[in-house]
Amino acid sequence: MKYLSEYRDASVVNQYLEELDKITTRPWTIMEICGGQTHSLVKNGIIGLLPKHITMVHGPGCPVCVTPLHLIDKAVYLAEEKNVILCSYGDMLRVPGSKKSLLEAKANGADVRILYSPLEAVTLAKNNPDKQVVFFAVGFETTAPANALSVLHAQRENLKNYSILTSHVLVPPAMEALVNDDTNIVQGFLAAGHVCTIMGISEYYPIVELNKLPIVITGFEPVDLMQGIVMLIKQLENGEYKLENQYSRVVNSEGNKEAVNIINQVFEVCNRVWRGIGEIPMSGYEVKKELALYDANKKFNIQIDEAQECQDCIAGEILRGIKKPNQCPQFGKKCTPINPLGAPMVSSEGACAAYYHFTNVDVMA
Amino acid sequence: MENKIKMHLTCPMPKFDFDTINLGHGSGGILTHKLLNSGVFDILKNDLLNQKHDGAVFELDGKLAFSTDSYVVNPLFFPGGNIGELAINGTVNDLAMCGAMAKYLSLSFIIEEGLPMVTFWQILNSIKQCCIKANVQIVTGDTKVVEKGKGDKIFINTSGIGVLHKHANIKLSSIQDNDIIILSGNIADHGIAIMSQRIGLEFETDIISDTTNLNFTIQDLLEKYGEDIHFLRDATRGGLASVLNEIAKDGNFGVDIKQIDIPVNEQVNGACEMLGLDPLYVANEGVFVMVVKREIASNVLEFLNQDENGKNAKLIGFINNEHVGQVILQSNIGGRRLVNMLPGEQLPRIC
Repeated sequence: MKYLSEYRDASVVNQYLEELDKITTRPWTIMEICGGQTHSLVKNGIIGLLPKHITMVHGPGCPVCVTPLHLIDKAVYLAEEKNVILCSYGDMLRVPGSKKSLLEAKANGADVRILYSPLEAVTLAKNNPDKQVVFFAVGFETTAPANALSVLHAQRENLKNYSILTSHVLVPPAMEALVNDDTNIVQGFLAAGHVCTIMGISEYYPIVELNKLPIVITGFEPVDLMQGIVMLIKQLENGEYKLENQYSRVVNSEGNKEAVNIINQVFEVCNRVWRGIGEIPMSGYEVKKELALYDANKKFNIQIDEAQECQDCIAGEILRGIKKPNQCPQFGKKCTPINPLGAPMVSSEGACAAYYHFTNVDVMA
Repeated sequence: MENKIKMHLTCPMPKFDFDTINLGHGSGGILTHKLLNSGVFDILKNDLLNQKHDGAVFELDGKLAFSTDSYVVNPLFFPGGNIGELAINGTVNDLAMCGAMAKYLSLSFIIEEGLPMVTFWQILNSIKQCCIKANVQIVTGDTKVVEKGKGDKIFINTSGIGVLHKHANIKLSSIQDNDIIILSGNIADHGIAIMSQRIGLEFETDIISDTTNLNFTIQDLLEKYGEDIHFLRDATRGGLASVLNEIAKDGNFGVDIKQIDIPVNEQVNGACEMLGLDPLYVANEGVFVMVVKREIASNVLEFLNQDENGKNAKLIGFINNEHVGQVILQSNIGGRRLVNMLPGEQLPRIC
């Protein structure tokens, strides 16, 4: 595939590995923010190829993992309402709520649909005027434009039966929260390329400056990741802290202005609880008050009890990079993708699931 | 694919009293008899079926293989095939993987009332064509009709019986350390052809299902290489990854494969990337995995490449006694990782 195979070239990856070997003189701990990057690192076996003194810790950039338990419960509650069609991206379905997952609700007769785009949900609402169609709008800045656009489409079509259950989270505030945490061990970040594709790069300069910490905006293919790691280690070895853009073939400084404009028409920034991490100020999007008709949180009288997280799950430490999945006592024992105790074992972007699916003791030792 | 059966009405549909199938067609009464006599029996006729017994009575010589499978695919018609073709090829292939040439099949329908008669007729015609191509006969069967909402248009079950090739010794315990693993063709075509048609997931592709009968291909291989073919399995539901895991876990071996050697059509790969699916886990209908003695592997490959069903075949890996129970893949960039069993359905990712 053009523009793809070049970024999966083993010889280029090897050149970067050799360079990394040469330039690395000390142990470094760096974090890839995005779950897609974690997935690619593990799926391509890159972690096992890196010099031993480079430790990759896996960040909270898995939208499925950080969606709070009570929101999963809300989605299940809505799905079980008689008149509701609950639409969701696929990997939200298996995430355990406090009582059940959407997949279990579906098995019990709830009308739950897996969609690839919220715009399909708008069409569904149009075709089912006697039903309430709710889209479970999860994700980072990347999925926000499409989710926002669905609201604008519904408004344009004058649909009264479409709404979104929002759980949008924002990357830069989470990075701030991570580096300011007392337990932080991260010395540099690979920032999420696709988030910057939408939002641009300006939000990252203050994080670099205030924390004297290098950030490299990085893509997702093996060559992208290797190049990003080399750029980051070079800065660390040289005692530098800059914002660099490895993913320049996709990311420009301003981002996608049209997409941001659509986001701003529908969403406003709010405080947001991150599963496993807690509340981070101004780290999420919620539907603007004037569009409350399209906000499932406000539209429906959702009555659920406060949910308790599973005590055995250390997702919080995993998502902050303090522990690796295979350091969890429950990993692969009580907690597996079939019986997940927490969300990181569910999503294919979750660090625990990535380790479970793609690693073994020999490779990851 | 030149040998694909084109979906068209090869036999004119007889006149039925109803345009759709209703509960009466499964009642055992007049409507059932009319449907069977002017429909099913007529189109699938053969000496054994024509006897219209409760079961078929026949003699077979030699060691036999017996298999059954149910078909519940949605949509019923997809690029490159339909549920009827799957129902015949699937059971024929299950028998082939035992080393047997399918001979007689049973055929049972569970139909949801409201199924258009023309749809049923199209499926029946495909079944007939597939039986001719695979040289098998439907010798017994059943038709039930369930109320609307109690099924999904039509479900089919087929069971089959076949005679084992005299040199067939296909079983997990035949596999040896150092054996070579051969994959017969491009993976993930079938699953992606189906996905491309699912409601809400329509996208334009030329990808067609790889459903086909493999019985002649397998018999030719057994005729030439006999007991040096240690194991065969078609990589249907759960895809290539599941078959390899079954070999590793049930056979107590380690399996090593190279990603670069696994053939995937570029369009299929693109669709998988777009949909967030791993082709290793996507279903196939005409692809099989073969474990053979190392010394003959390249000859087998050359032989298989001459066959329409094996022209894209590749040597993809080997069996070992290290990392027992695990399938390890060497990625295109040289990294190593585990290929695990799929936990439940593959679900598309958010981003």
